[in-house]
Amino acid sequence: MSSTRRVYTVATATLLLGMAGAIATIHAIDRVPRETVSQQALYLRSSTALRRLSLGYTGLLADIYWTRAVQYFGEQHHSGSGDFRLLAPLLEVTTELDPRLLPAYQFGANFLAPKPPNGAGLPGSALSLMKYGIAHNPDQWRLYYNLGFLYFTEFKDYPHAADAFAAGAKLPVTNEYMPILAARMAQHAGEFDTARMLWFTTYQSSKESQIRENAVEHLLALQVDEDVTHLEQVVEKYRLQTGHLPASMADLDRAGFIHGTPTDPKGHPYKLMAGGRIEVEDPKVLYFITKGLPPGMEPPQPGRIAEPRIAEPRIAEPRIAEPKSNSDSK
Amino acid sequence: MNSRVAYIAFNTFREAVRDRVLYNLIAFALLLSGASILVGEISIDIERLVVVNLGLTAVSLFGVVIAIFIGIGLVSKEIDKKTLYTVLSRPVRRWEFIVGKFFGLTGTLVVNTFFMALGVLLALLYVAHKFETMDAWVLVALYFIVLQFLIVCALSLFFSTFSTPLMSAIFTFALFVIGSLSDDLRGFARITHGVGGWLATAIAYLVPNFSALNVISQVAHGDAIAGRLVLYNTAYALLYSAMAISGAVLIFQRRNLK
Repeated sequence: MSSTRRVYTVATATLLLGMAGAIATIHAIDRVPRETVSQQALYLRSSTALRRLSLGYTGLLADIYWTRAVQYFGEQHHSGSGDFRLLAPLLEVTTELDPRLLPAYQFGANFLAPKPPNGAGLPGSALSLMKYGIAHNPDQWRLYYNLGFLYFTEFKDYPHAADAFAAGAKLPVTNEYMPILAARMAQHAGEFDTARMLWFTTYQSSKESQIRENAVEHLLALQVDEDVTHLEQVVEKYRLQTGHLPASMADLDRAGFIHGTPTDPKGHPYKLMAGGRIEVEDPKVLYFITKGLPPGMEPPQPGRIAEPRIAEPRIAEPRIAEPKSNSDSK
Repeated sequence: MNSRVAYIAFNTFREAVRDRVLYNLIAFALLLSGASILVGEISIDIERLVVVNLGLTAVSLFGVVIAIFIGIGLVSKEIDKKTLYTVLSRPVRRWEFIVGKFFGLTGTLVVNTFFMALGVLLALLYVAHKFETMDAWVLVALYFIVLQFLIVCALSLFFSTFSTPLMSAIFTFALFVIGSLSDDLRGFARITHGVGGWLATAIAYLVPNFSALNVISQVAHGDAIAGRLVLYNTAYALLYSAMAISGAVLIFQRRNLK
């Protein structure tokens, strides 16, 4: 073998071996337990400093921070750690770099306020983010909607929620549910329907998969809560009529109170328990439900649970009268 | 344009093409096509925003890097290769050499930007499936980027008339960074008093104002760009470039080439 050929052979072999070795090493490094990227600190929290470092290319930097915020939340949520301490600063930096990045506000409204493990448990930060968003985008109904949503779900502050929905309803481009939500907040009426309308609007107005999945789970939980309440009322009616509790769902069916065996949104039949209570068959797959749980069980939260999430559920529109809004554009 | 200036400009352009400067377009095309596919996956609802931000930022930074690295060698390379003496021994004046080099480099960057702009628009079409009226503002942002290149070319040429390539690159890049922060610099000058205030104001007006030429974030959101801004930015870029080229000519006229 000539010396030139030998050099080529050795160099090629070294190159290939080096590449294979590097890949193998990366895999080995990945298996070493250590903090993930998302658990690291956010070294630069000052949007002013970042704005200067970006040399004016703030739009791209905002997009990068926004992507990082979504990935951070996704990773932490998936791991079930319940530690979302970087979510608020990530969203704040994102929106300060680009105050018109609307998906970031919507994400904040949905995941900053709820308690861990479903959110960061920072309703104050969520509220500040929405107010900042409205100050910079006063013509966006979604931000007023998010503000009203926060006041209603996290603070139970009906007057402020009504004000936010009413302000959003007055915009030239708004959503048909905004004036109805404003009226409902003012009356404190129909908790189930109001909550359903809120989560439905959230589902409808977002394309972000994590927000949509969260809205779907809440809508399914509302359905279960309403079904259980209704079925327990039916059981009570049966008891009043017959003088004893039904032994099974079949008794209710035979008496004409229900038709067939009622099932939860995941298709599992509801169970009639001793004492006339109604329980769901598998509470672990119905996140956020507050009724139909076995005694002493906490409402399940999404996280580490291994059961598959439903891909694209059938979501019925809220049962409400036709709105009389000034515009139906979205 | 004077025929000798045009000839030097054409040769500068040809030399840049021979130096495989346009190969950066391949890297740019790969970056944008990869990004266009990825943004659809990771940035739901803001695909257009990300493509415009990423595309225009890449056009701007690629162009600035090319302007600096070609511009700094335009004079020194001719001296090193002794080709400058051949050129100047003909009926070519020194100012014609400098102006010709400037137009040649600017022409290279305009052609480069044209192809990169095509890439951005194709990526935009890929993610948005159609063009909208607001996409016309992307063209205005691209025009401002070209104006930015005019200034960077003029500055790199200015420094290359009296400095080494390395030092010219450092000076030009430093001015690009400071000029990108010119809004902050003027804000600082406004709140500073006394000699410091005068000095800050002088520096703020002396360094190129690149922040006014950067409208990428606005056009990414579909905002309209005021006609007056287009007019003022055009006037500013032409005046500043003329100033830098004049400085380069003045230095080069006096330079001892022996």
